[in-house]
Amino acid sequence: MALLEIKNLSRSFGGLQAVSDISFSLVEGMIKAVIGPNGAGKTTLFNLICGNIPLSAGTIRFQGQHIERLKSHQIAALGMSRTFQNIKIFPGMTALENVMVGCHTRSRAGFIAAMLRLPQTFREEREIRRRSLELLELVEIPQTADCEAASLSFGQQRAVELARALAAGPSLLLLDEPAAGLNIYETAELARLITKIKELGVTILLVEHDMSLVMDISDEIVVLDFGRKLAEDIPARIQQNRAVIQVYLGDDEDA
Amino acid sequence: MGISKRNIPVLLLIALVVIVQLITAGTDTSFYLTQLTMTAYYSLVIIGLCLLMGYAGQLSLGHAGFFAIGGYVSAALTTHNLIGLRHNQLIELLNKTGLLSMGQDIYGEKILTVIPWAACLAAILVTIIIAFAIGKPVLKLKGHYLAMATLGFGIIIFRFAMATEYFGEADGISGVPPFHLLPGLTVSGDFGARISNYYIAWGLVLLGMILSLNLVNSRVGRALRAIHGSEEAAAAMGINASRFKLYTFVISAVFAALAGVMLTHYNGGIGPSEASVMKSVRYVAIIAIGGMSSLWGALCMGVILNFMSLRGMFGSYDGAVFGAILVAMMLFAPDGILRLPLLKKLWRKNGPARN
Repeated sequence: MALLEIKNLSRSFGGLQAVSDISFSLVEGMIKAVIGPNGAGKTTLFNLICGNIPLSAGTIRFQGQHIERLKSHQIAALGMSRTFQNIKIFPGMTALENVMVGCHTRSRAGFIAAMLRLPQTFREEREIRRRSLELLELVEIPQTADCEAASLSFGQQRAVELARALAAGPSLLLLDEPAAGLNIYETAELARLITKIKELGVTILLVEHDMSLVMDISDEIVVLDFGRKLAEDIPARIQQNRAVIQVYLGDDEDA
Repeated sequence: MGISKRNIPVLLLIALVVIVQLITAGTDTSFYLTQLTMTAYYSLVIIGLCLLMGYAGQLSLGHAGFFAIGGYVSAALTTHNLIGLRHNQLIELLNKTGLLSMGQDIYGEKILTVIPWAACLAAILVTIIIAFAIGKPVLKLKGHYLAMATLGFGIIIFRFAMATEYFGEADGISGVPPFHLLPGLTVSGDFGARISNYYIAWGLVLLGMILSLNLVNSRVGRALRAIHGSEEAAAAMGINASRFKLYTFVISAVFAALAGVMLTHYNGGIGPSEASVMKSVRYVAIIAIGGMSSLWGALCMGVILNFMSLRGMFGSYDGAVFGAILVAMMLFAPDGILRLPLLKKLWRKNGPARN
């Protein structure tokens, strides 16, 4: 069964059809990339899946459950995590605390329990801390734990965001242009990291402009153009696809 | 837990409270305790508002309204004579359950009023209901819009107190009886009870501080700071931002209302000025000068400025001083006095950096 199943998804803004009749699905354990020139509807598609904006038509099923009417925090609680194109790190918090926020759905302490610092809250807190430190190690920046997250380098902030997204223990991870703003070395590091995350059993959907990264790590690619699905295939065949080359790879290699 | 680094400031505060009382006793200046007690109750409002503004990032220009709701409800219930309604079934029932008490006024007339404990709980309950009802729609707003909506709420409460006969109109309510908390502990402005009232007030501040510190250093506190940083990212972490904002709003309203109840029984009355917008602005100014998301900063500044104000050091320019503070803070030190570059270094080295 597909982990994520999108059927006839559409969204229009006024007269503009940003996403139009898109269908595809994600099998558990794969990395799927969504590519397309600027304005193709990639970000809108992402926001629709996450529940950030309501859809106009179509269905989205996650783990067999319809999620198109759920709010984004409810979808996150079901096991879908995401990162943001323009990093949304929580300022004024350390890298570790940022990752600890990611553990939100795996912990329970409410206002009363937290204010009274009940024993189970105390234990839970210790577990959150332990898990978050482990995740910082996974993304290979354990040394930044106590640094203010906003003071870290761009690449490190991406890593914090990844660790934060993983903290919830998601079954699906959505990466919104993870390589944006990274240099080639950092991008290579990122590719290795994403592969490592995949090996942990996390399914990944990513939107990306960096073609080398996409071709490197993706199992399948969906190409969008003007809000429509142009092609869906394995990377090797996408590179051969005449229509894709024409609208995208051909004219706009480094978009 | 033990005596971790985190508990040191709390222990210091306890020590300071005791030392100040001993000094005033030793130097025969215990009249200061009156203002210090009042300061403590205002600090309680500030601690609660700091959770809302500094941590959850939601501005409220209406918190004097919640203080007034607490004070007025408790004052009205404990002063209005219900003797004429004695035969009403509800009143009879309340009387039987011990929630009412019979007494005499200064002319020897019998008066039947609600006991302070019940009035206090009723005041808190009313506050919770109003805070939910106001917070639910208003917290959908952001920035200026939220500020204006809460300002409007504050104005409504102020004008309502001024216009309602039941609440004494412009005169407010006086003759509010002492509040017997526990055997031997009574909230009242009686000279003999000055020292015990000082400790009651500061005990509550301490309790409020400990609860708040626990809260901000927890899953909930992190969620609040995350909402402050980016509601979109917080939602992506599974945080139900509207619920967390609403609960924080209600909790901070309860802090303010409790302070209102206590101070009203301490002063023996309450007037509409407690509900005025100027009071709300003062609370906001103090939190700004304390560094917004710093409970300790807000408490320090709250104590210093409220004490100076209550001692009349700002004279007739009291309101202007707080307005000026707000302007100056926004211009020169938007992160609070304690985060000014010079002091920041000291603070980082010696103090708790983020609570």
